[in-house]
Amino acid sequence: MKLLVCISKTPDTEAKIQLTPDGKQLDTSGMKYIMNPYDEWYALVRALELVEAQGGSVTVINVGPSSNDQIIRKALAIGAHEAVRIDAEPTSAWFVAHQIAAFAKNENYDLIFCGKETIDYNGSEVPAMLAELLDLPFVAWASKLDMEGNTATLHRDIEGGVEIVKVATPFVVSAAKGMAEQRIPNMRGIMMAKRKPLKVVEPVAVDDPVSVVQYALPPKKKGVKLIEPEHIDELVRLLHEEAKVI
Amino acid sequence: MSVLVFAEATQGQFKKAAFEALTYGRQTAELLGTACHALVLGPADNLAQLGRYGAQKVWHVTHDHLASFDSQSWAAAIAQAAEKTGASVVIMSHTSTGKSIAGRVAIRLGAGSVSGASQVPSLEGNELHVVKPVFSGKAYATFAIKTEKKVISVMGNAVRPEEVGGEAPVEQLSIEVPAPRVQVVEVQRVEGQVPLPEAEIVVSGGRGLKGPENWGMIEELAKVLGAATACSRPVADAGWRPHHEHVGQTGIAIRPNLYIAIGISGAIQHLAGVNNSKVIVVINKDPEAPFFKAADYGVVGDAFEVVPRLIEAIKRFKAQQN
Ligand SMILES: Cc1cc2nc3c(=O)[nH]c(=O)nc-3n(C[C@H](O)[C@H](O)[C@H](O)COP(=O)(O)OP(=O)(O)OC[C@H]3O[C@@H](n4cnc5c(N)ncnc54)[C@H](O)[C@@H]3O)c2cc1C
Ligand SMILES: Nc1ncnc2c1ncn2[C@@H]1O[C@H](COP(=O)(O)O)[C@@H](O)[C@H]1O
Repeated sequence: MKLLVCISKTPDTEAKIQLTPDGKQLDTSGMKYIMNPYDEWYALVRALELVEAQGGSVTVINVGPSSNDQIIRKALAIGAHEAVRIDAEPTSAWFVAHQIAAFAKNENYDLIFCGKETIDYNGSEVPAMLAELLDLPFVAWASKLDMEGNTATLHRDIEGGVEIVKVATPFVVSAAKGMAEQRIPNMRGIMMAKRKPLKVVEPVAVDDPVSVVQYALPPKKKGVKLIEPEHIDELVRLLHEEAKVI
Repeated sequence: MSVLVFAEATQGQFKKAAFEALTYGRQTAELLGTACHALVLGPADNLAQLGRYGAQKVWHVTHDHLASFDSQSWAAAIAQAAEKTGASVVIMSHTSTGKSIAGRVAIRLGAGSVSGASQVPSLEGNELHVVKPVFSGKAYATFAIKTEKKVISVMGNAVRPEEVGGEAPVEQLSIEVPAPRVQVVEVQRVEGQVPLPEAEIVVSGGRGLKGPENWGMIEELAKVLGAATACSRPVADAGWRPHHEHVGQTGIAIRPNLYIAIGISGAIQHLAGVNNSKVIVVINKDPEAPFFKAADYGVVGDAFEVVPRLIEAIKRFKAQQN
């Protein structure tokens, strides 16, 4: 099987978000970055498991600047066979999807994995766009994926339940929690990653239809109002009369 | 030039998410000085009721290929409907369906898109400016959509459904729908419960509850409040509660009116999924628990004493209300 896994870079889950004084940009000084957890823990690991069971190769792809090579090497250390970086700032989901589609178009991947969303812009847009650009079926937010021959059975998270679907390769899937178990790269993987190919590809020309014009921080909480455990009726009264939520 | 709202139905019934998207669409149409139309795909009950939430007309597409969900068929149908009815803005809910199709519709229409919008847009020249939470609720970003056509998906519980009118005329629309390539084999629903993403009140438990056998009081509190239940990640990982209840960075993100966190420390990854809740109540025996910093109301105390008292207090309150 020939598999492609789309990986993205996001600020660490613990990162504090700060803005430039005019709020036009993020203040990224000192920001720590990680591989998007859905891409690393679920999409990449499930792709590796499939190839371990049936043979084939896993290519990871990232749209981003050379500073992303660190997370790309991590994906290689976890077990991906080769990597591609499209050398451009990932300015929008539209831009990213067009870049990946342009690369994947003639490669005939059996399966393209994404994460369910990036934890920075929480878009959930790239995988659907990519599927449309490549004219492929798409299963979003899959928590389970099993292959039999060239047919996959997937569980997809929906409101208040799960949808079980079948689809033949090739297709695009976005991975949610449950699809695999996180793998920690070991020393051998890290050494081997240094020798694995990381191909840098020039971007295709794409106009961005959207752009961020302003950021804002959420309004600060007024501070917690503490209620004595002996006076729970007071909490109920406040929720009704002050907060108006019950 | 109209605004077209894809009104999603589950098993033929319109849910709150559809009314929220319609309210958002109606307000967007007013901003643009144009009409708001609803689009319904496949069988659904009582289409005319969509007029109450601001649809001036309901377009209805029925087709064999819409019998079950497939992102490709549905997105193709929505994009064609937008073209046929002259819509320039397409609005839908940021649900599991919306996440499967919004990007596809955007590509088909050559439209700029924003997913998970939390506020009605503003108009700046020819651009629509759309606000959405980013970095798991740690900030908000305003996106400018510059293309003539636009696609927006609306975050759950971000706008209140508003009733503004009566019934709307329903018109059939005929469209070529491509055959689905994804086959739905089965849908397993948790019966008799409010689905978590739609719930207005959520009662959530963490590791402080010690074990699954202690969830009876969480469920009872949820029941008296008409709430959904949720949990922290270690609770789901330990198998005390089903995975679909896990909220936070790696679970689902919710924004109910009221979130009651019981025996949850308030780690940043947990907050990422709940900090957009309108009001947060924290019950924790440790006054230093980080969750109190994110809370509106707090009770420092033992959950095993506080929660039964809270259940009784709510029951008394409900009895008075009736
Ligand atoms: C990358 C990453 C992603 C993560 N994603 C998520 C996520 O999506 N969701 C999530 O929830 N976590 C997530 N976590 C885990 C998170 O960091 C915390 O470990 C987790 O939220 C803690 O769960 P808890 O609050 O239930 O348990 P604990 O941290 O053990 O807290 C239990 C709390 O209960 C209180 N308590 C104990 N006994 C009582 C009592 N009798 N009465 C009242 N209070 C009591 C304690 O004072 C304590 O505050 C993630 C972690 C990482 C690293
Ligand atoms: N810059 C990028 N490079 C490669 N893949 C990406 C990039 N951005 C997003 N993706 C993929 O698309 C998924 C969803 O991203 P998003 O639509 O931005 O929420 C991610 O989990 C990745 O798999």
